[in-house]
Amino acid sequence: MRAGLMISTLALGLGLASAAAAMEQPAMKHIDWSFNGVFGTFDRAAQQRGYQVYSQVCTACHSMSLLYYRDLSGIGLGDGAIKEIAAGVEVTDGPNAEGEMYQRPGRPSDHFKAPFPNENASRAANNGAYPPDLSLIIKARDGGADYVYSLLTGFTDPPPADVKLMPGMNYNAAFPGHQIAMAPPLADGSVEFADGTPSTVDQMARDVTTFLAWASEPELEVRKRLGIKVILFLIVMTGMLYAVKRKVWSRIH
Amino acid sequence: MNAPALNNRFIKWFDDRLPVFTFMQHELREYPTPKNLNYWWNFGSLAGICLVILIATGVVLAMQYTPHVDLAFNSVERIMRDVNYGWLLRYAHMNGGSMFFAVVYIHVFRGLYYGSYKSPREVLWWLGIIILLLMMATAFMGYVLPWGQMSFWAATVITNLFSAIPLVGDPVVTWLWGGYSVDNPTLNRFYSFHYLLPFVIIGAVVLHLVALHRHGSSNPLGIERKGPQDSIPFHPYYTVKDLYGLGVFMIVYMAIVFFAPNLLGESINYVPANPLVTPPHIVPEWYFLPYYAILRSIPDKLLGVIAMFASILILFVLPWLDTSRVRSARFRPIYKWLFWLFLIDCAVLGWVGANPPAGAFLVYGRLATAYYFLHFLIIMPVLGKIERTRPLPDSISAPVLGRGNA
Repeated sequence: MRAGLMISTLALGLGLASAAAAMEQPAMKHIDWSFNGVFGTFDRAAQQRGYQVYSQVCTACHSMSLLYYRDLSGIGLGDGAIKEIAAGVEVTDGPNAEGEMYQRPGRPSDHFKAPFPNENASRAANNGAYPPDLSLIIKARDGGADYVYSLLTGFTDPPPADVKLMPGMNYNAAFPGHQIAMAPPLADGSVEFADGTPSTVDQMARDVTTFLAWASEPELEVRKRLGIKVILFLIVMTGMLYAVKRKVWSRIH
Repeated sequence: MNAPALNNRFIKWFDDRLPVFTFMQHELREYPTPKNLNYWWNFGSLAGICLVILIATGVVLAMQYTPHVDLAFNSVERIMRDVNYGWLLRYAHMNGGSMFFAVVYIHVFRGLYYGSYKSPREVLWWLGIIILLLMMATAFMGYVLPWGQMSFWAATVITNLFSAIPLVGDPVVTWLWGGYSVDNPTLNRFYSFHYLLPFVIIGAVVLHLVALHRHGSSNPLGIERKGPQDSIPFHPYYTVKDLYGLGVFMIVYMAIVFFAPNLLGESINYVPANPLVTPPHIVPEWYFLPYYAILRSIPDKLLGVIAMFASILILFVLPWLDTSRVRSARFRPIYKWLFWLFLIDCAVLGWVGANPPAGAFLVYGRLATAYYFLHFLIIMPVLGKIERTRPLPDSISAPVLGRGNA
């Protein structure tokens, strides 16, 4: 029985994998992100525009459960702005002294509020599909930021003539299998950017991907800055150790 | 007894009752070491340092981690986001495991090239294989702890291998799981073992070092030392050489930790475990890929599992399968090339293991698996008998002095 499970697990996994290999490669667009490379940092303006896209578009269906409102200092928002954003949502707290749960305005120490109370509610509202949590989406997909950007800009409607879509599905060039339950989330002008940047689909996709990349790796800037110092230190120390090694071994050679 | 510390009266008093200072003097300072070791001999001490780094980071991570199916994934993310420098600890630990395997594999292949496993160092070699097996168990269970999709499915696939045991296979798997599927009891016991086994590894490492110090290191020439002129004290010569090697190693290791921490991982492990959704492509970490390829290249499950374990266990009898009386590949003109062919074969197995076993990969996998065992079972015994080896130098000092460098 369990042998059967294991073999069918393997067979299923391998079957899907070979099926995926047989399909045409998803179209991946490569972007020169500000956070790429050894010296990469997040573009603050893009992060803030991206947060605007996230909070006005994505959050209608997707949760982001690992982030706190206080984390938004990482995209360059001040304490006042963060308090204001947090206070804009109602969160359930309690129980109070009477044993009742109650609603109160959000605080910076609260997690981002999810659009649905649980997975079933989310599926019920989304035609049976479960929009994934976005906290780690950039790290959790092969291709990372390039993949998410390609996905957001990869919708074609109507689909290519030779593709038969299942009911409720949408054609996406970047999605494995090309049939995705998510409807195209972005259209030109979906949001009005506070800084006046024209909100084309491409611009919004770039900005929200930058925001999501930060949400997945909020430590990225600190990590890379510290990394440069550590590597420079190690290079100097290793050079000195090499000199000592040469000196000590010169007694033998 | 010429170390300055031993002139101190208190140290003399203490050493007379517990000879730790004498021990350090003999085994770490004076310890006579062949004077011609090359940089491939750095990887033993590097492996020890990897183990220390992994235990140090692991003990701190354990203070923040929660081994429960509902909490494990988020507790790891809490370490990454909310614990001060938690991301550094976790990335150092996660990539430290990969570095440990990389270093140990180089250490093992160095032993294969220079014939370090031959008499009188067979037990030293055995202890090394035991350390490798313990490392594999520890790494596998550690990979399960973040409770991502690949954690869960790797645990499911690998524990299911034991169901191939005739008659008792299914009860054994239930016993390993602590239930009827990979679930909370499995995660709990894996956490317990993941914490325990590194200390068992330390014990095996101590024995490995005791066995090493019995006859001392082998060396690139593969000939025994003829007298004191062939040896130098471990300190300062090899302490400083090992420290320099450590510096180079740390540059590589830290470059990965700080600039590409997820390079060696699977992105799907950042998706929380879900027993209802099988990932399209289940693969182990890179250091298990060759064994995974051997497992999958054999159509029968039980035989596949046996072949996978045999691929490591065969190393235990290598000292007797290799019939050549010459240790170092430097003096074995044919073995020298077959060594590299074997290394390529292992790399091919790794490449096949990363791909679905279908079409051409199935053929490559079977050929590479066949060659893997052919190398040990046929080539090594026969080659030792027929190979015309080159003449060995009279002593370590002779060629070293003759060439003017090590």
